[in-house]
Amino acid sequence: MIEVSGLTVRFGGVTPLDGMDVKFESGTCGLIGPNGAGKTTFFNVLSGFVRPATGTVDAFGENLLKMAHFRRARWGVRRTFQTEQAIEELSIYDNVAMVHEQSKGSSGSRREETLESIDFVGIKSDPYAHVNTLGAGERRLVEVARAVVGKPKLVLLDEPAAGLPEEETEHLSNVIRKIPEHTGALTILVDHDMSLVSGCCETTAVLDFGKLISSGPTDQVLRDERVIRAYLGTEENV
Amino acid sequence: MESAGVKTADDTTANEGTAPEVGSRQSPRRPRIEPRSLVRPVVIAALVLLALLLIPSIFSLYYVDAWTQVAIYSIVTLGLGLLVGRVGMVSLGQGAVLALGAWVAARLLFATGLPYPLVLLFAGLITMVLGTLVGLPALRLSGLYLALITLMLAGAITVVLTTINFPNGGSGFTGYDGSTVHIPPIRRPSVATTDPAFFRYSMIVAIVMFVLVFFHIRGRPGRAWAAIRQSESAALAAGINTTFYKLWAFALASFVTGVAGGLVAGSFRYLNSLTFTTQDSITLLAVVLMGGAYSMTGAVIAAFLLKFLQALLNDWGVSPDWLTILFGIGVLQVLTTAPRGIVEQFPKDMARLGRLIAGLFRRRTPAAEPAE
Repeated sequence: MIEVSGLTVRFGGVTPLDGMDVKFESGTCGLIGPNGAGKTTFFNVLSGFVRPATGTVDAFGENLLKMAHFRRARWGVRRTFQTEQAIEELSIYDNVAMVHEQSKGSSGSRREETLESIDFVGIKSDPYAHVNTLGAGERRLVEVARAVVGKPKLVLLDEPAAGLPEEETEHLSNVIRKIPEHTGALTILVDHDMSLVSGCCETTAVLDFGKLISSGPTDQVLRDERVIRAYLGTEENV
Repeated sequence: MESAGVKTADDTTANEGTAPEVGSRQSPRRPRIEPRSLVRPVVIAALVLLALLLIPSIFSLYYVDAWTQVAIYSIVTLGLGLLVGRVGMVSLGQGAVLALGAWVAARLLFATGLPYPLVLLFAGLITMVLGTLVGLPALRLSGLYLALITLMLAGAITVVLTTINFPNGGSGFTGYDGSTVHIPPIRRPSVATTDPAFFRYSMIVAIVMFVLVFFHIRGRPGRAWAAIRQSESAALAAGINTTFYKLWAFALASFVTGVAGGLVAGSFRYLNSLTFTTQDSITLLAVVLMGGAYSMTGAVIAAFLLKFLQALLNDWGVSPDWLTILFGIGVLQVLTTAPRGIVEQFPKDMARLGRLIAGLFRRRTPAAEPAE
């Protein structure tokens, strides 16, 4: 479980997160909101790339904000990026092994666990193939494999389906649905594809202008009038 | 998308006939060793062996010395290529780091009777500590600013070395005696006192350094460096301590450069501040870019460009200063048309030439083509 309270981030005059309070219990949770709502900033705070002005983040009883950024990944915070970041000059195997070898764990099972997570995400190419020979869909899967290898506690997926064709999005959604059961990690999915979010997430939280405006079971949240208004724009202001 | 259609031999045996199922466990696959992947190491080993055996017997002493310089400077370009190509940190201070290694080795060789390999090891280790200090700004700076700062530090080191002078058998910390008339030469290893023997010795040390760097690149640090070069945030998100691995790269590059400095001391036998100039650091970067900063073979090509061409021009009675112009044009060419350097461009050009010749040949003998 991860509990966020009063999280505020300021960049100069901009406040992408404005006293955000949210709780993610378990399983796969959605995090949606219009562009600029603060979703990626929230992920960056959890990864340690952005230092918040105020607020606390309690993840499984740990004060996450006190941990150095690279230690968070070792501890179990894993993520993918909006723009895919598979390391081009390494093989699929090396991309995943790189994360595993930095985390704690016995080295005997390292190789097996690395290959297992490549299988889990359903990469069909040879694990020793270079990433720069792969198509966009498999490169995304390499990133997801990096996020699930070993023992992740918190998996953050930042628009993993952006730019993918329908069949690959469907495959990805099958993978995402199985992450919590397979790894035991709490998974947070940010995406603009509502069918992906409603297909993967039992619960969803909605951000708008850096504040939580709704949260609960996904189907209820998607019917919430405040959410619809946030996505369509506030008519009162027009 | 094309990836959906990509199938490998592995895959057809594991998944044939069944829809790929998410989370299905397969037995862990090991990398297959294909005969084709053995060709490269075997060819490299054969070339190295040939060079070791033949160069001293077919070249004159003048050119044997040139090859010795190529062997020594390939270690330096290897270190710089590691920083620039693998980690993406541009250092213009490696020439000064080499001078430091040479100074330390010369001091140790005059002051102690330590065996030469131990002197090389200590020169490497001491230079590693000092060279890592040169790399400290890399933790905060990158690109042009890092290049500028490392260049200034190189200048500072050169000024200090010029002031205290290189050891010439004197006493005290600096080991320099300005009043001495008879300057003893710097000691060489007892097994390699002659030039051909010293060539072989330098080459073997270079091989050891290449193997050392090879295992780093293939292992955990290599993966971390590749991640840092592409995206620091991706590296951090993978749990990589970027500060630590950047310093590790500077430490390794400084270590091998320090060892190369030790070889320079034994090869030149008399060192003075003119042996190393700040300009060397800039030329080093130029040849590393031309040879190919992303590959270890590129380091050898870079050293060849730097030292063999110099010897060749000297032999022909042309001032090696012309190389500055040649390298300038070379770097321009590499940066605009072949960012991965000669090491990748040359085989491509050769293949293109081969196809061109094959095409010409085919056109001349149209009867040889099968009728449709």
